[in-house]
Amino acid sequence: MSIRTRTAWLFLAPMLVTLGVVAAWPLARTIWFSFTDANINDPSLAQWIGFEHYFGEFGLFANATNTDGFWNSDWGIAIVNTLKFACVSVTLETMSGMGVALLLNQEFKGRALVRAAVLVPWAIPTIVSAKMWGWMLHDQFGLVNDWLLQLHLINERIAWTADPHYALWTTVAVDVWKTTPFMALLILAALQTLPKECYEAARVDGVHPLRVFWRITLPLIRTPLMVAVIFRLLDALRVFDLIYVLTANDSSTISMSGFVRREMVENGNMGYGSAAATSLFVIIGLATVLLIRLGRVRMSEETA
Amino acid sequence: MKRFDGWRLALYLAAAAVTAISVFPFLYAISTSLKTGTALFDPSLIPATPSLDNYLQLFRSSENPFGRHILNSIMVSFAVVTLSLLIGVTAAYAFGRIAFKGRGLLLSAVLAVSMFPQVAVLSGMFEMIRFLGLYNRALGLILPYMIFTLPFTVWVLTTFMRQLPKELEEAAIMDGCGPARILRSVFLPLLWPAMVSTGLLAFIAAWNEFMFALTFVIDNDQRTVPVSISLITGASRYDIPWGKIMAASVVVTIPLIVLVLVFQRKIVSGLTAGAVKG
Amino acid sequence: MNVKSAVVAVALLSMFGTIAHAATVTVSCGAQGQEFEICKQDVDAWAKKTGHIVRLYTPPASTTDMLAQFRQMFAAKSSDLDVLLVDVIWPGIIKDHLTDLGKYSKGAEKEHFPAIIANNTVDGKLLAMPLYTDAGLLYYRKDLLDKYKLKVPATWDEMAAAARKIQDGERGAGSKDFQGFVFQAKAYEGLSCDAVEWLASFGGGSIVDPGGKVTVNNPKAVLALNTAASWIGSIAPSGVLNYGEDEARGVFQSGKAAFMRNWPYAWSLAQGADSPVRNKIGVAPLPRGGADGRHAGTLGGWQLAVSKYSKNPDAAADLVMYLTSKEVQKKRAIVGSFKPTIVSLYQDKEVMAANPFFASLLDVFANSVPRPSTVTGPKYPAVSEAFWNATHDVLAGKATAEDALKRLEGRLNQIKRGGW
Repeated sequence: MSIRTRTAWLFLAPMLVTLGVVAAWPLARTIWFSFTDANINDPSLAQWIGFEHYFGEFGLFANATNTDGFWNSDWGIAIVNTLKFACVSVTLETMSGMGVALLLNQEFKGRALVRAAVLVPWAIPTIVSAKMWGWMLHDQFGLVNDWLLQLHLINERIAWTADPHYALWTTVAVDVWKTTPFMALLILAALQTLPKECYEAARVDGVHPLRVFWRITLPLIRTPLMVAVIFRLLDALRVFDLIYVLTANDSSTISMSGFVRREMVENGNMGYGSAAATSLFVIIGLATVLLIRLGRVRMSEETA
Repeated sequence: MKRFDGWRLALYLAAAAVTAISVFPFLYAISTSLKTGTALFDPSLIPATPSLDNYLQLFRSSENPFGRHILNSIMVSFAVVTLSLLIGVTAAYAFGRIAFKGRGLLLSAVLAVSMFPQVAVLSGMFEMIRFLGLYNRALGLILPYMIFTLPFTVWVLTTFMRQLPKELEEAAIMDGCGPARILRSVFLPLLWPAMVSTGLLAFIAAWNEFMFALTFVIDNDQRTVPVSISLITGASRYDIPWGKIMAASVVVTIPLIVLVLVFQRKIVSGLTAGAVKG
Repeated sequence: MNVKSAVVAVALLSMFGTIAHAATVTVSCGAQGQEFEICKQDVDAWAKKTGHIVRLYTPPASTTDMLAQFRQMFAAKSSDLDVLLVDVIWPGIIKDHLTDLGKYSKGAEKEHFPAIIANNTVDGKLLAMPLYTDAGLLYYRKDLLDKYKLKVPATWDEMAAAARKIQDGERGAGSKDFQGFVFQAKAYEGLSCDAVEWLASFGGGSIVDPGGKVTVNNPKAVLALNTAASWIGSIAPSGVLNYGEDEARGVFQSGKAAFMRNWPYAWSLAQGADSPVRNKIGVAPLPRGGADGRHAGTLGGWQLAVSKYSKNPDAAADLVMYLTSKEVQKKRAIVGSFKPTIVSLYQDKEVMAANPFFASLLDVFANSVPRPSTVTGPKYPAVSEAFWNATHDVLAGKATAEDALKRLEGRLNQIKRGGW
C-alpha cells in the first residue's frame, strides 16, 4: 500500500465510521429484524422465524388468505400506488420543469423575479406545503372548490383529498407543484451550457423552433435530463410525508413507506414492518440498477 | 413584426402564470395566518379583520415553546452542516484527488446510502440512539441526519474537487506540503463556493426533517420546528387551529425563502454539480 | 465568612435537603390548550401540597402518534415518563407496561362508572384510573327542527328523513352547500368509533365478542353499514370520507349542517361567543338502529396510569389518585366541561348548573359501548385499522357491505392467528 493510498483511507475514515454507524448498522438490524417476530411490546422476546414474513402463510408476497390475488393485498396496493405516484408525478414534473426552464432561458424583462418566484415552492418544507394545500383543497372551506364553483367548472364541492377517485392524483398534483422548480433548475443549468452557435445557425436557416427543440436541444441535454429524472424517481419511490399529511393514508393512497411506518410504528409489528422495509429497499435498489442500465447513464467514471 | 409581438405577449403571459402558481399558495397561507375564529372558515384571500393573534399565541404558549424550538432547529441544522462539511471535505479529497483501488465501488456505495428509504432504518437507528445515550436530545438528531446530508455532500464536493487543476496540488507537493496542509491551504479556498451551496442544501434538509425528529425526541424543550408545527393544537382535543399552523408555517418558511433567494445562483451550481456533471 | 454568606449557605443547604426527599415526576396530561392549562394547575397544586417536583410532557396531538410514541418508550424501558394519559382503548394494548394501581386506590375505583373500571382492569389488575369520560352524541339544530316542524329523531331512518327534508329546504332557499348530516369517516380511529355505534345500534355486535370470537360478519352489521353508506352523497357530502372530528365541527359550527355526530367537546366550541350557531343547537343520544335497536354512543375518554419503568412509582400513583379524585374531577367539570367518571357528581348542583346537558345524558355516559380493545389487547390497533378500512371501502362505494365484512372476517382471523 502506497503512502497516497494510506492517506486516502485515513481521510475517508471519518466518513466511513459515520456512515457505518448511521446507515450500515441500522440497515443490518432492520434486515435481521425482518427474519424475526419482533414486536414493539418487547423486542427482546424476538424469535428467528426465517422467511415467514416474506413468503409464509401470512407473508408479504405469498399470502394464502389473499383470495383475490396479490395485487389486492395491502402490500400489493401500496406497491401499485407508489409506482403510479412515482411514474405520473415524475413524468409531469419533467414536462413542466422543461417548460419552465425553456421559459427562463428566454431573455425578457423581470426574468430574475420569475426565477426567484419559481424557487418558492421548493423552499417550503414538505410538512408545511402539505398542510397548506390540505387547507386550500378542503372540500367545504377550501379556496380551490370555491373558485371552481364560481367558474362553473364543477357543480358540487369535490373532496380532493378524500374521494378515492381523486386522492392519489391530488397528491401527484401537489408533488408536481413542489418539485417542478428542482427539475426546472437542473434543466435550465443544462440548457445554459449549450453552444449558442447552433441556435444562431438554425435561426438563420429558418428552422421551426419546435424542430430545433426536438433535433438539437433534446439530444444535447439527454444525459443531464436522465440523471435528473433518476434522482427524482428514486425520491418519489420513497414518498411518505406528503401522502401521510395530506390524505387519509388509506388503501387508495398509502405508499410503500407509509405501509412500513404503519406496520412498524402504529401497529408495533417490528418484524413484519422490517420485512416490508427490506423489500422496499430491494425494490428501490433494483429500480436504480434498471434505470441506470436503461438510461445508459454513467454515474461516475468507474461505474459503467 | 406582428408575430414577434404575439410571441412576446405569450412569453409574458406564461411568466406571469408561472409566478402566480408558484407564489399564490404561500400568500394564501399568510392570509390564513392573519384570520382568527370563525373568519377562518371564510375562503376569501383578504382577511376582513386581520390580526396578529396567531403569531402572538404561537410564541406565548407555554406547552409548546415555539421560540425554543426555532433555536433547537437552528442549532441542529448548523451542527449538521458543519459536521457534514468537515467529514465531506476530507472524504472528497480522498475520492477526488487520489486514485485507489475500489474508489468507484465505494463512491457508488455512498451514493446508495442517499437512496435509503428513511423508514428502512428507523428501528435500527432507534436502538443506536438509545445505545449512544442520545435519545430525547435535540442535538442527538445530528447523528441520524448525517444519513441524508453526508452522502450528498461527499458526492458534490468530490465532483468539484475533480474539476480543480492537477498542477495546483503538484506544486504544493513539490513545496513539501502534506495532504492535510494541501487540503487546508490549497483546496479549501477554492472550494468555498461549493461548500456554501452544499452547506445550504444540507441546512434545508436538516431544517425540514420530520420523521426522525418525531421519533427520537419526546421532550417539550428539545423539539425541532417541523415536529412543533405538527403538534400545534387548539383549544380542545379535536380542534385544528389552522390559523396558528399557518402562522408557524410562515415563520418557519420565510428564513428559508430568504436564504434560497439570496444564494440562488450558488444552489443551482451545487445541484447541477451533484446531478448533471457526475 | 460574614453573616450574609453564612445565611446564604444555610439556605442553600436546606434547599438541597428538601430536594433530596422530593421525587421528580414527569406527567403527560393533555396536549391541548385548555386541557393542558387545567391539568397544569391541578398538578402544580399537588406539587405544592406534597413537595414533589413535577415536569410536564406534551405528547403528539394525534392519538395514534401518541400511542406509537409511548410504545416506543416502553420498548426502550425508558423512565422518562412516570404518569401518562391513556386513551380508553389502550389499557389492553400496553398492559405489560403499566403498574397495578389496585394497592394505591384504597377502593376509590368503586365510585366511578363500573363499565370504565372494567375496561381499565386487565387480567385482574387495575391499570388506569379514569380522568374523564366521553361518548358519541347527536348534535342537532334546534332552530331548523322547529322551522321544518320535526322532532328530535330516535332512529337512523328518522334522522335521515329529517336531514333530507332540511337539506332540500335549505338548499332550495339558496344555501347551496347545506348538508343534512356530518360525521367522521376518514380512515382512522374516529371512523371505528362511529361504526361501532352503528353496529351496536342495530344489534350487530362489537366486531369481536368478549370471548374473543370474530363476530363482525353478520346480517345486522351488513344492514348497519349499508344504512351508513346510503347517507354518503345523499344527506352527507362525500367529503366526510376525509373528515375527522374537527372537520365535521367546522361544517356544523358554520351553520352548514343540520345534524352532526361528535364528542361532547364540540358543545362548548359551538356555543362559543363568535359561533354562528350559538344557542341554536341541542344534543341527544345517537339514534337507534330500528324499533328493536338501541341508543349507542362509543365509550371514549381518558385515564391516568403509571409506567412500570417509573423510578418513583409511589409519588406517581399518589398524583394519579389526586387528579382522579372527586374534588379535582368536580373542578374540571365546572371549569372545563370534562365529563366526570364519578357517578355521584352527576347529582352535584354546581356541576349541573355549569353543564345543564349532563343530566339528560347520564344514561348515555353510563351505558356507552366499548370498542373491543380489552379482549384484543396489543392487537387492537391492527383490528381497528382493518375495521375502519373495511368500513371506509363500503362508505366510499368501493365494496359492498357483504363482501367487505366477509373479507374483514378473514383479515381479523389472520390478525388473531395464535390468539389475541
